[in-house]
Amino acid sequence: MLDLGIDVLFKGSNMLRLLSGLWVAMKISLVSILISLPLGVLVGALMTVKNRVVKVIFRVYLEIIRIMPQLVLLFIVYFGTTRALGWNLSGEVASVIVFVLWGTAEMGDLVRGALISIPKHQFESSEALGLTKRQTYIYIIIPQTIQRLIPLSINLITRMIKTTSLVLMIGVVEMLKVAQQIIEANRMTSPNAAFGVFLIVFILYFLVCWPISMLARYLEKKWNIA
Amino acid sequence: MKNLKIKKLLAVAVAGILTVGLVACGSSNSDSAKSDTASGSDAASGSYRTLDEIKEDGTINIGVFSDKNPFGYVDENGEYQGYDVYFANRLAKDLGVKVNFVSTEAANRIEYLQTGKVDVILANFTVTEERAQEVDFALPYMNVALGVVSREDNVIKSLDNWNKDDSIIVISGTTAETYLTENYPDIPLQKFDSYATAKEAFQNGTSVAWANDNTEVIAFALQNKGYTVGISELGNKDTIAPAVTKGNDSLREWINSEIETLGQENFFHKDYEETLVDTYGTDYEDSLVVEGGKTE
Repeated sequence: MLDLGIDVLFKGSNMLRLLSGLWVAMKISLVSILISLPLGVLVGALMTVKNRVVKVIFRVYLEIIRIMPQLVLLFIVYFGTTRALGWNLSGEVASVIVFVLWGTAEMGDLVRGALISIPKHQFESSEALGLTKRQTYIYIIIPQTIQRLIPLSINLITRMIKTTSLVLMIGVVEMLKVAQQIIEANRMTSPNAAFGVFLIVFILYFLVCWPISMLARYLEKKWNIA
Repeated sequence: MKNLKIKKLLAVAVAGILTVGLVACGSSNSDSAKSDTASGSDAASGSYRTLDEIKEDGTINIGVFSDKNPFGYVDENGEYQGYDVYFANRLAKDLGVKVNFVSTEAANRIEYLQTGKVDVILANFTVTEERAQEVDFALPYMNVALGVVSREDNVIKSLDNWNKDDSIIVISGTTAETYLTENYPDIPLQKFDSYATAKEAFQNGTSVAWANDNTEVIAFALQNKGYTVGISELGNKDTIAPAVTKGNDSLREWINSEIETLGQENFFHKDYEETLVDTYGTDYEDSLVVEGGKTE
């Protein structure tokens, strides 16, 4: 049989360390997602406002976040705030800040896109039916928006989970870093361990992201019929 | 009309980014200026902690590699190990403080020191002129140079009078590649992107020799039968030393005196025997280790 060197994971507390690395990654992404989804909805709604100043401010915010690679944002927030402002943020806090900034911007843009994609006649028909503005939003516009948002935001959420692999650059030891540590510590005794360990890392990421995709598919189906 | 709007937006965005950039650059300048003049007592302000402040706090933050076996790595029980870590533990012990290891990468070691997020970097940090402008190095504790490994039946001991039909294997982007290109332009090089492919090609006999960091070729010759290191020190001899934030003289001077004291008990030879001997054997102990901060 091909030697994948998976046995290195059963040495000492290696498997436990890998799983606690996964937990670190999960914590950072979960907290960031929980904060940035509602904020994103708010920002998205504000982006559709007619006021030009508001529009320009959010546009600039979105473009800056989008142009900057996440790695640069992590360095700016982790090291930059110490240099410029004297804050001594921990790596985890800096990561959450960056992921919230990023998630809010992207989610905001998704919400904006979903909102303006609702055809004008939906508003006009509701008005013709005698619905108030509030009723129009609650019964007509928001349900359709959410339906359009689900696949897009699931994509964003899984992307945020996977991007936590970058936080090792600011000293946060998450799953990928633990994997590298295990592989390197056994470099001499099992040189093939990279295959086995990264295979397990792949499976763990998959196990986390797959249920989210399944949930999304379920919700999509359910709301399509309704 | 629409075009104009887009242009305006772009201008605003560019201005925003430039401001961010300027703030970042500006602060780094003022930062270095500050640490030159002021005592830089406050860690939170982005400068360093003096020796007394570390002692008072009771914990020293030391940046090490966590995935560079055998210099700095984490074992299966989650403990930091390796040549650098062994030294770090001793530093903390003699200072009478606890040690907090911070996992650093090659690319962020300087940044960690400049922001005061670690007090010392002990991450296989090679002393270079460019780096010495950004951080302060203490006395060295290890040597690095280039090495050339070849087959036992055709040992390469010198690169002079090279037979032009033979080539040398190098890994792209390493110091070995730069050095050979500059100093031996006539020697044909076979370049590979990764350690694994270079190793494979060398073992298949595509070249007579392989040039790399001497620690790497020594480890290779030790693990693979039929190969020997014909040239163990080639080119500029560099050293590896602890680094502290620029201007942190109290800590640097303490580390220097510590390294000198440790030299009397042959500490780094003991360190080598505890951590590196499995990888590099005993033959190269004296050429790799720098004891008491003194290079020949």
